[in-house]
Amino acid sequence: MNPALGLAALALVLAATVAVGVYGLRLSRGTSDFYVASREVSPLWNASAIGGEYLSAASFLGVAGLVMAYGVDMLAYPVGYTAGYLVLLLLVAAPLRRSGAYTLPDFAEERLGSVAVRRVASVLVAVIAWLYLLPQLQGAGLTLQTVTGAPRWAGAVVVAVAVTGVAAAGGMRSVTLVQGFHFWLKLTAIAVPAVFLVLAWRSAGSPALTGPDVPRFAHSTVVTLDGQVRFDVTAPVTVTVRGTLDGTAYGRGPDVGPGNSPGGASGSGPHDPDSASTGAGTAVRLGRGQHVAGDGTRLGFPAGAAVPHRDGLKPATGAAWADPLSGAGGRSHPLYAVYSILLATFLGTMGLPHVLVRFYTNPDGRAARRTTVLVLVLLSVFYLLPTLYGALGRVFAPQLLLTGRTDTAVLVLPQLTEAGAGGRLLAALATAGAFAAFVSTASGLTVSVAGVLSQDLMHGSARGFRWATLLAAGPPLVMAAVTAGLPVADAIGLAFAVAASSFCPLLVLGIWWRGLTDTGALLGLVTGGGLAACAVVLTSVRGPGGGWSAALLEQPAAWTVPVAFAVMVGGSLLTRHRLSEDAVDRVMLRMHLPEEVGAAEPLPQPR
Amino acid sequence: MGSVITVVAVALVVAGAAAGLFWLVRGRRGFGTPADRAAFATLHEASLAAPPLRDGLNPDSARRAARHLRALLGTPALAVVGDGELLAWEGPGRRHAPAAVEHAREAMESGRPWVVPPEIVECGDLDCPVRSAVVVPLVVDGLVVGALSVYGRQVSAGLVRAAGEVAHWVIAQLELAELDRSRTRMVEAELRALRAQISPHFVYNSLTAIASFVRTDPDQARELLLEFAELTRYSLRRHGQFSTLAEELRSVDRYLRLERARFGARLQVDLLIAPEVLPVAVPFLCLQPIVENAVRHGLGPKPTPGRVTIRAVDAGAECRISVEDDGVGMDPEEVRVQLAGEGDGDSLGLGNVDERLRAVFGDEYGLVVETAPGAGTKVNVRVPKYRNGVRA
Repeated sequence: MNPALGLAALALVLAATVAVGVYGLRLSRGTSDFYVASREVSPLWNASAIGGEYLSAASFLGVAGLVMAYGVDMLAYPVGYTAGYLVLLLLVAAPLRRSGAYTLPDFAEERLGSVAVRRVASVLVAVIAWLYLLPQLQGAGLTLQTVTGAPRWAGAVVVAVAVTGVAAAGGMRSVTLVQGFHFWLKLTAIAVPAVFLVLAWRSAGSPALTGPDVPRFAHSTVVTLDGQVRFDVTAPVTVTVRGTLDGTAYGRGPDVGPGNSPGGASGSGPHDPDSASTGAGTAVRLGRGQHVAGDGTRLGFPAGAAVPHRDGLKPATGAAWADPLSGAGGRSHPLYAVYSILLATFLGTMGLPHVLVRFYTNPDGRAARRTTVLVLVLLSVFYLLPTLYGALGRVFAPQLLLTGRTDTAVLVLPQLTEAGAGGRLLAALATAGAFAAFVSTASGLTVSVAGVLSQDLMHGSARGFRWATLLAAGPPLVMAAVTAGLPVADAIGLAFAVAASSFCPLLVLGIWWRGLTDTGALLGLVTGGGLAACAVVLTSVRGPGGGWSAALLEQPAAWTVPVAFAVMVGGSLLTRHRLSEDAVDRVMLRMHLPEEVGAAEPLPQPR
Repeated sequence: MGSVITVVAVALVVAGAAAGLFWLVRGRRGFGTPADRAAFATLHEASLAAPPLRDGLNPDSARRAARHLRALLGTPALAVVGDGELLAWEGPGRRHAPAAVEHAREAMESGRPWVVPPEIVECGDLDCPVRSAVVVPLVVDGLVVGALSVYGRQVSAGLVRAAGEVAHWVIAQLELAELDRSRTRMVEAELRALRAQISPHFVYNSLTAIASFVRTDPDQARELLLEFAELTRYSLRRHGQFSTLAEELRSVDRYLRLERARFGARLQVDLLIAPEVLPVAVPFLCLQPIVENAVRHGLGPKPTPGRVTIRAVDAGAECRISVEDDGVGMDPEEVRVQLAGEGDGDSLGLGNVDERLRAVFGDEYGLVVETAPGAGTKVNVRVPKYRNGVRA
């Protein structure tokens, strides 16, 4: 990909973000139109803002990558991300809005009157935000690496610095406008290349997506590997090698001269200008079994060869790929995993720190409901597209299954399907969309978390807010720089799992059950959040594995959520004496009494 | 190798969580001699008992405080009695609880500490630690509001003394609670004063401006009158110390429309409002005095057209509002006098708003005024988005 175009796209996204954030506030001029303007953040714009903040790296890059590698089971992610809003609307949105709490710790304090619960909630908010920011920054690193060949940490640093800089300087004055803009940018960035992708698929004779065959190279293809890669060959094949394979050096060694993107994933199709400069390497016959290729090694595959898959990824036929719960791609216990993902995403959405505050932009409950319906529509439309990329990626960029970098499918596909300047422009557009995804989600999270941290640690001073911004974005940046990480969507799924096993019980029980006590809530938050967090740590330390233990740890929600609910209910029942009926009455009345009744204002009586 | 890392990671997470939980639940503890530690423990129990008592004396606060008071005195059982009813019983021997009011009667009637002998208290169970009691009345502002009854096997002189001291401490807390309540009442009274204070100048000016339209533009006159009616209705409403920023801005908008009828093109207004902060709860009528100040004192004396800019932006955990005019500005010393509440009645507005903001949110949330003669005026207000007990 052309680095200059990619960088220009990145710069444009950042500049537009700051411009909309600073100047977008000029909603109105003069008094007569002000009230209308401020009241009418229209449901559509509001829904766009929610979508803009919500569609993160996981949605933009991750879903396509997982669908490509592991088949239709992974549709559980987009389905869950979307349906989570429905659960939020049904169970939480309106009472929470009436409660007057702006953040989850606010809610904990308001409902339970306990500072200890508030502190635990603040810590959990920070943990969830860090888990959520980490894949954003990793995604940024991956994107910048794919586009320019910069080292992994560079993209993470660029996004982190841009976001904290803007947030700490008091930019992003009106988050709603910025996020709304970002949604449409993302939708355009993924939809326009998708149109060309479909056209290219048609002109290639509509190759079957769900046929009985495993992915094969359509043309003779040279794949440049990034880092050491272990892969499994299922059918013997003769390849040309330059670099290191199974410990033997071939050809001139890794070529890292200018113009060759070491961004690895850019496998060369017939249109690619790189293919001319790629001299043929040494022909080697690869037998069945596992092989190891060194960093920078180029492997040339003949047309029609079955694509070897990276270690840990099982080749699946098109039919198996499209068959639900078939365990395509080699994930164990698909049924359990799908239900666990669904549970985490359904119930986790309400516990994300940056989601709740968006509902405050709605002037009333009616607008809030309309907004939610529109959010569901917008998200549903958006999520069709990564799925398309995932499916077509198996046809046009099967080498990603070899390099293991399926997360870059959305970035790589446009230029593989469209020759010349058009392809480069489409790729730049996709890059812009990806960066919009990182920047919008990261800034929304950073601002929410910095708000919570500054309030609870620094007593809400303006300078405290700046420090809190650094505290919010610093730890994930360090982690993104030093770890390679899970697939983006899986990592986000873990953040959802922690949210679902801590804040979901707190919110649902807090709003719908009078019996919740502060001790019960505290125990539930610590147990649920702690168990899920332990599972996250273990998963990221161990890496992907097989068997029940791996399935339970990689998708912990199915057991941590019930445990958290049970502990919270049990703890509350055991500490029933701590309930204060009056306080519960007050809070419940406020949360459940419709605004119209509560706001009915007596007229001043004539004296 | 992998499993070692796994074990270490799990151990670290568990240890970290346990340490964090311990820190949260127990607070930090010092070290020292046994006497030091005993003193710390006593002070700690006292500090735990204080917050409930600061809510005044009721069954809930008494129940929560009684636990710590019993620990403080180290007695088997303790009762808090209110006006003719038992508020809380802490400790074993609950079967004595119904009689607690009877035990306390003598002390509450006389207003002096009273020792209740075993003949009255004992229940016949030899294992029961509740055998006798010392009852100390709780006298706040010369009025007996309740009694603290300390039960034990026998009443020693030391226990009587300790019970008396603890009761004094409880009385001090209850007096502070009373003080809090009167401060709240004072703020409410001030608010009522401000409400009555919709400026006479403004009423007069608005009505004359409307009168001037009655012949030439009856529709306009009618609309302005309705605006005026709505504005008075809002300003004179009786309930609630707080309102939402949206409502405040709507009222300010009405006010400005009326002023524009008078000033015409000389008054220009910009409102830049981030929609996220519209539902934030703010003290009732906290913006209008500031805007009125900008129009009357900033732009009124200025011969050329002037502009008032009102901004409200989202800033993390708080909302920042500013009212800026490019009028004649003020002498900073005059502003200081006004904010100190020493100004004349004519410009009470800013000082009053400042005082109410501080009373509700704390001293760091006072008004910040940037001004100089000839340089216009900018008044900055910060409001936390959420504060326990603050609600529109």
